[in-house]
Amino acid sequence: MSEVALPRDDTHPRRFPVGWIVAGVVALAVLVPYAAPDSFGWAKTYPARWIVPISDWLKAFLFWLSRDLSFGLFTFKDMTRFVSGLFGYALEVPKALFSSGVTFGDEEGAFHIPRLSWAGLIAAVTIWSYLLGGVRLAVLGLLGFFYILVFGQWDSAMVTLSQVILAVLTGVAGGIGLGILAYRVPRLEGTVVAALDFMQTVPTFAYLVPLVFLVGVGPVSGMLATILYAMPPMVRVTMMALKRVPPELDELARMTGCEPKQALWKVLVPSARDDLLVGVNQVIMLTLNMIIIAAMIGAGGLGFDVLNALRQANGLGKGLEAGLAVVALAIVLDRMSRALVELRPVHGAAAARRRQLFWIGLAALLACTLLSFVFPVLEKLPAEYRISTGNMWSDVVSWVNVNLFSTADAIRTFLLMNLLVPVKTFLIGFPWIGLLAVVAGGAWALGGWGFALGMTALIAFIPVAGLWERGMTTIYLCSISVVIATLVGLPLGFLGSRSERMHKFLGAMCDTLQTLPSFVYLLPVVMLFRIGDVSALVAIVLYAMVPAIRFTDHGLRRVPPSLQEAGTMAGCTGTQRLAKVELPYALPEIMLGVNQVIMMALSMLVVSSFVGTNDLGKQIQVAISQADPGKGLSAGLAIAFLGILADRMIGRWVATRRERMGL
Amino acid sequence: MRVHHLTTAFAKGVALCGLMGLLPLAAPAQAQESKDPIIIALHDWTGQHITAHITGELLKAKGYKVDYVTIDYLTGLTAMENGDVTFMPELWATTAGDAMKASDATGKTENLGPLGPAAKEEWWYPSYMKEKCPGLPDWKALLKCGEAFSAPETAPKGRYLGMEATWGGHDPERIEALGLPFVAVDAGTEAAMFAELKSAYERKAPIMLWVYSPHWVPSVFQGEWVQFPEYEAACYTDPKWGINPDKAYDCGKPHGEIFKYTSAETKKKWPGAYDVMKKLKVDGPELNLMVKEVDVDGKPLDEVVAAYVVKHKGAY
Repeated sequence: MSEVALPRDDTHPRRFPVGWIVAGVVALAVLVPYAAPDSFGWAKTYPARWIVPISDWLKAFLFWLSRDLSFGLFTFKDMTRFVSGLFGYALEVPKALFSSGVTFGDEEGAFHIPRLSWAGLIAAVTIWSYLLGGVRLAVLGLLGFFYILVFGQWDSAMVTLSQVILAVLTGVAGGIGLGILAYRVPRLEGTVVAALDFMQTVPTFAYLVPLVFLVGVGPVSGMLATILYAMPPMVRVTMMALKRVPPELDELARMTGCEPKQALWKVLVPSARDDLLVGVNQVIMLTLNMIIIAAMIGAGGLGFDVLNALRQANGLGKGLEAGLAVVALAIVLDRMSRALVELRPVHGAAAARRRQLFWIGLAALLACTLLSFVFPVLEKLPAEYRISTGNMWSDVVSWVNVNLFSTADAIRTFLLMNLLVPVKTFLIGFPWIGLLAVVAGGAWALGGWGFALGMTALIAFIPVAGLWERGMTTIYLCSISVVIATLVGLPLGFLGSRSERMHKFLGAMCDTLQTLPSFVYLLPVVMLFRIGDVSALVAIVLYAMVPAIRFTDHGLRRVPPSLQEAGTMAGCTGTQRLAKVELPYALPEIMLGVNQVIMMALSMLVVSSFVGTNDLGKQIQVAISQADPGKGLSAGLAIAFLGILADRMIGRWVATRRERMGL
Repeated sequence: MRVHHLTTAFAKGVALCGLMGLLPLAAPAQAQESKDPIIIALHDWTGQHITAHITGELLKAKGYKVDYVTIDYLTGLTAMENGDVTFMPELWATTAGDAMKASDATGKTENLGPLGPAAKEEWWYPSYMKEKCPGLPDWKALLKCGEAFSAPETAPKGRYLGMEATWGGHDPERIEALGLPFVAVDAGTEAAMFAELKSAYERKAPIMLWVYSPHWVPSVFQGEWVQFPEYEAACYTDPKWGINPDKAYDCGKPHGEIFKYTSAETKKKWPGAYDVMKKLKVDGPELNLMVKEVDVDGKPLDEVVAAYVVKHKGAY
């Protein structure tokens, strides 16, 4: 807390050392409730009669929304149903193309237009990948889709793919639209940014229950949840991209007599193309992240297969196969869309060749599909050509279980007794006034009185809404996971920045960890570490350490060579250069990584409640099973507030730090 | 995708002709039945997938359109009240009692009577634990067995894995009322809970957990349910009932029927389908066997269901 002690404003010397006073007040707020539990009991445990029934209000509001709100001609429910109906019709198109084909009539032998043939799709993906990224990408595309085919995941993967396509299209279109709106109407920008923060930090689970209420169950509500989750980055990227377009271009457009509309679509948006494509890539990845959660409200497809397999006696292998199909789909789509970002426009012969390749791919797709009228094998691969790892994975895990359990159990017991239980007990027993004071003091040191007030209001939500125990369990679980994930991720990122090979390996590992549905590796973890906080910790760390690795790697790579040389010239040894030059320079970037680690840890809360934690995620899980939207939303809000709190505090710190370094 | 308009238009045409008296005999018997698809809910246990698909196949054989939708167990009733779900084959008296009562009160759903299999759920342990805790399955043996079932973080008390938060069951109250030296730990999900059972079973390690039937667990792992004092309604409401005069819940869990539910509209909208749903009965041991075939032997669910439908089609 040394920064607290520093007087912040040197130009206007104050009479009191404000820093010391704030530090003193914080210390008092923490210590007094401990010292005098009798007279300050209200300051330690939040009194039950002060709890504001926020979740009841939210519930009543949602019931009113879904049952009573009427706009005269139609009700709110009619409206949401209308929107979901529209999406339902829109979904029929990709569904017919990719997964079901079109059948006229219901009878056996009715006329049937087949779906896109697997052979055609694989050929087209391979050719188009070649067009976008050369032989390497072509091989990746081929392998990815071939895996999906031979492991018998094609049918489910196509159900998923058709939803992904519609969700991505809607997310991109909506994102660009909102982004342009915020760019054009600066008054809206603040509102939009706040809404985005909110959408990105409220865990998706929290709005599943309200969605079921308003939209019903099925692929459409799964898709709407996905869009809500995947669209924010597109809005952000659009706003940023349009701002980055040089003002000269805008002026040029006006001088050449463009109307505002023309200037936007013919000049601004095309020159922001690259940035926009980065946004598209983000939307695709986030959409694929949602597959499992969407399956919980009826989206079907691969997500359903994963969930279903894991409940069976020897389903681990099956679940893993379906999970890897998600990974395959995600990685192929991600690499293809990234290659599209990097694709440079060409002219002349090269352009003609590109066009040619594109048409060859399309021709292969159509030809195979037409052929499948005659050869039904091309529409659906017969089951006897499929392969499966069968019980292999279950057997591997059983072996590990029988042979390594005692080691795992020793680690578990050690962690529980020496770290988890003490920290948990300490945090749950922490005076709530003290928590508020600590947050306020920290926020004051970083950003002054106004900032402190805002941050304190956010943290106050937890005791006021009566979520103290689950909220503190969340803080405890997340903070320990974040520390461990950072401790593991930083050295890995450092290694990645030193060697190309390690960099590539880590890249592949991160991709898999982020796209493989966490539920798949959660079960082996449970077998080794049992139900409870340790399993949850392992799962959160595995998922959340990805940004720590990526940002550290990236940050260290960006240290300018001139700085490094300056360090060497000044006589630093390698270690000294790292500690005195590179790390301080990369620290802001690394802290942004840590910020992302916190966000990821918070987003894993619900999944961690699947292995028996009692945190805010649990509250949401219970809310889903009791169909209580108020309970779910209030817990979701609490998680969102924690996320925003961490984001703002770290953001302030990074900004000050950068300023000091003159960046 | 099925092209509905053509067939609907055709059906309407046929109905119109029938009305005009031109084709009084050719009008199909189901002309007044809705052509909308019948939506059957799928929850997250295999037995229910089987009974749902059996219903679906029986209805398809009668010419109805059937859609399946995956939805959480209790959320399903809410969705049914909203008209998003037509049929749920399994609502267990053991876990959904309150939800069923609430739903009955809305008048938007209809209880179609029991499905057939008896639902059983209780504390369960693998057979090898009998050596470590003599006197089981009688619950009184547990009074001295906390240590035998313990884990480091609960010792000297035993560790009981349940799914209190999502499935209810009043286990913390039961532990207190009966004075059991146990701590109830919430497993979060069934998948995680049975992963831990598998892990413990492979190592012959102590475990006590919540198991229900029909399910694959009793057919794969050898073990028994603990015998608590028999449940009566008064046990949960009246503290004076049972061996602990001061506390309720001093008994085992209720066991009972599994009920079929449908939307209140079904009777009018699809009278033929309503009859099938009303008649639907599945034999308990037969269902257990099918669950095992799917979950343990790895047979595709469709095959198992198809075999059952072929065998029992005559009854409907």
